[in-house]
Amino acid sequence: MPDQLIFAMEVTLNGLLNGVMYALVALGFVLIFKASGIFNYAQGVMALFAAMTLVGIQQGRVPFGHLINEIFGTNIHYFGWEVPALAAIALTVLVMIGFALLVQRFVFKHLVGQEPIILFMATIGLAYFLEGVSDLMWGSEIRNLDVGLPQGINDVIDAATFDLFGYGFFIDNLDISAAIVAGILVAVLIAYAQYTKNGRAMRAVADDHQAALSVGIQLNYVWVLVWSLAGIVALVAGIMWGSKSGVQFSLSLIALKALPVLMLGGFTSIPGAIIGGLIIGVGEALFEFAIGPMIGGATENWFAYVLALVFLVFRPQGLFGEKIIERV
Amino acid sequence: MLDAKSKSFTTADGRTIGPVVMEMRNITLRFGGVVAIKDISFDIREGEIRAIIGPNGAGKSSMLNVISGFYNPQEGEVIYRGAKRPPMRPYQVARQGIARTFQNIALFDGMSVLDNIMTGRLNHMKASIFDQAFWWGRAQREEVENRRKAEEVIDFLQIQNIRKTPVGRLPYGLKKRVELARALVAEPSILLLDEPMAGMNVEEKEDMSRFILDVNDEFGTTIVLIEHDMGVVMDLSDRVVVMDYGRKIGDGTPDEVRRNQEVIDAYLGVAHD
Ligand SMILES: Nc1ncnc2c1ncn2[C@@H]1O[C@H](COP(=O)(O)OP(=O)(O)OP(=O)(O)O)[C@@H](O)[C@H]1O
Ligand SMILES: [Mg+2]
Repeated sequence: MPDQLIFAMEVTLNGLLNGVMYALVALGFVLIFKASGIFNYAQGVMALFAAMTLVGIQQGRVPFGHLINEIFGTNIHYFGWEVPALAAIALTVLVMIGFALLVQRFVFKHLVGQEPIILFMATIGLAYFLEGVSDLMWGSEIRNLDVGLPQGINDVIDAATFDLFGYGFFIDNLDISAAIVAGILVAVLIAYAQYTKNGRAMRAVADDHQAALSVGIQLNYVWVLVWSLAGIVALVAGIMWGSKSGVQFSLSLIALKALPVLMLGGFTSIPGAIIGGLIIGVGEALFEFAIGPMIGGATENWFAYVLALVFLVFRPQGLFGEKIIERV
Repeated sequence: MLDAKSKSFTTADGRTIGPVVMEMRNITLRFGGVVAIKDISFDIREGEIRAIIGPNGAGKSSMLNVISGFYNPQEGEVIYRGAKRPPMRPYQVARQGIARTFQNIALFDGMSVLDNIMTGRLNHMKASIFDQAFWWGRAQREEVENRRKAEEVIDFLQIQNIRKTPVGRLPYGLKKRVELARALVAEPSILLLDEPMAGMNVEEKEDMSRFILDVNDEFGTTIVLIEHDMGVVMDLSDRVVVMDYGRKIGDGTPDEVRRNQEVIDAYLGVAHD
């Protein structure tokens, strides 16, 4: 087999694994958008906040430590204990549910029935507010996130591909576990939506508010639920990206990676988010591999958008959306 | 017919009409400057079929929306089973056993007929998320029971052959039937129907009329019905409220209402289908 083809296979595989992460971030958007028509600009910051909170709890940091020290002239930063990863994740989930409750109670409950653009603006406000809260609570330095996911090259794949092609693929264990976790999360979410009472209520609200009300569904409750799920998805995305490159402000920019995925997959389709994520992941990796060197590289920064844009021109409804026919 | 509010009696065709279950007292509903309902009072008896009629824009749907909690009136009160009802949200009213359909059909277009009907059972689902997640005992029994109930209603309304069809693809008449099914499966004590036969042909109307009578007869469900077709109204209902420009201009048996001069005037020169 020619070398180029073998390299391309490795690139594709890595692209796929990245794509799973993009899909995960996009999924957070889709959940909220489907149920409430809100495009949640804050999804990326939620991932940052969740990851910061997780690290903070794990390391036993005192939340709002700076603020407390400033006011009371104290000098405390740590409680002096460390929380095991699983317990810290569970606590962070609770924090994200609390966040969902507050957001619904103090923001979106008052904006029911408003224009989508107003809801969107509110989420922009929310994003910057949450960023501030995150800084205030946990500080803004780069943090290492380690919940015990395996890291480093996967020896099995390395050995197997070496036997096959005489060249060992470099696939990071972290990417593999991220893909597995994301896959499980998506499967659980789909089963949840399909078979549970709350899931049915969620689908009902996503489909028709008025009809949902008439069968006794409390919209507020479902919206809190959806924001909580989006918070949990954000946490998982935050853990994956944070484990890879540390928890820092740039983590909130993963939302930008989700946008082209949404343009491709449609804003309301869960399968769309998954397939869209994979296409973008593979597409940008292969493009960088094949064309990148000719035009100076770093094409990952913009390729996804160009791909999505081209796609948008031909299929504005996304991969799985119904065809839009203008009524005249 | 005009016995004391707490008395039951038997109709000519042998159905038992119970005491007053809901009473609207001096309801006034405004939208900005528009007065949709002007100081209207009437009552609904257990087990009766109560029609609301009137020309377009008379405020009939608004009245149904007040009963189901979609609108809260500025003035007046709703007495439900002897107690004054505080302002309520639609989901709270639904949980009290009051189900409804809409004039413009509100179904879940993306779901199958069966799934649509199953949403009508949401308030009968009690198993916790953990029961459900692992599909254990209680959740399993509940799901089986809800499915059985849904299939019962599907048989009753004769929509077996479209059970799996996405609702968005159904013709209008069948959609209305599915919406009725979703309301029925909740086993409501009061059923509110906003023009259940609008846009149907004669045959479909006859079917729907029969279903409504059967529901009332077999389950003793109280039914409040808005309908434009006078023939249907006169055939089905025990008592009729007539509205015009937000006011009540008549209230009584179909015969009484038909002879009411104000009602006759309101309908003269007004085009109806
Ligand atoms: N949500 C609303 N906002 C503003 N005005 C409303 C609203 N709902 C109803 N109205 C107004 O209240 C009045 C009564 O409307 P309603 O829909 O209750 O009439 P209707 O008797 O059901 O008529 P139709 O036979 O056409 O269905 C109308 O003038 C209508 O424009
Ligand atoms: Mg109406």
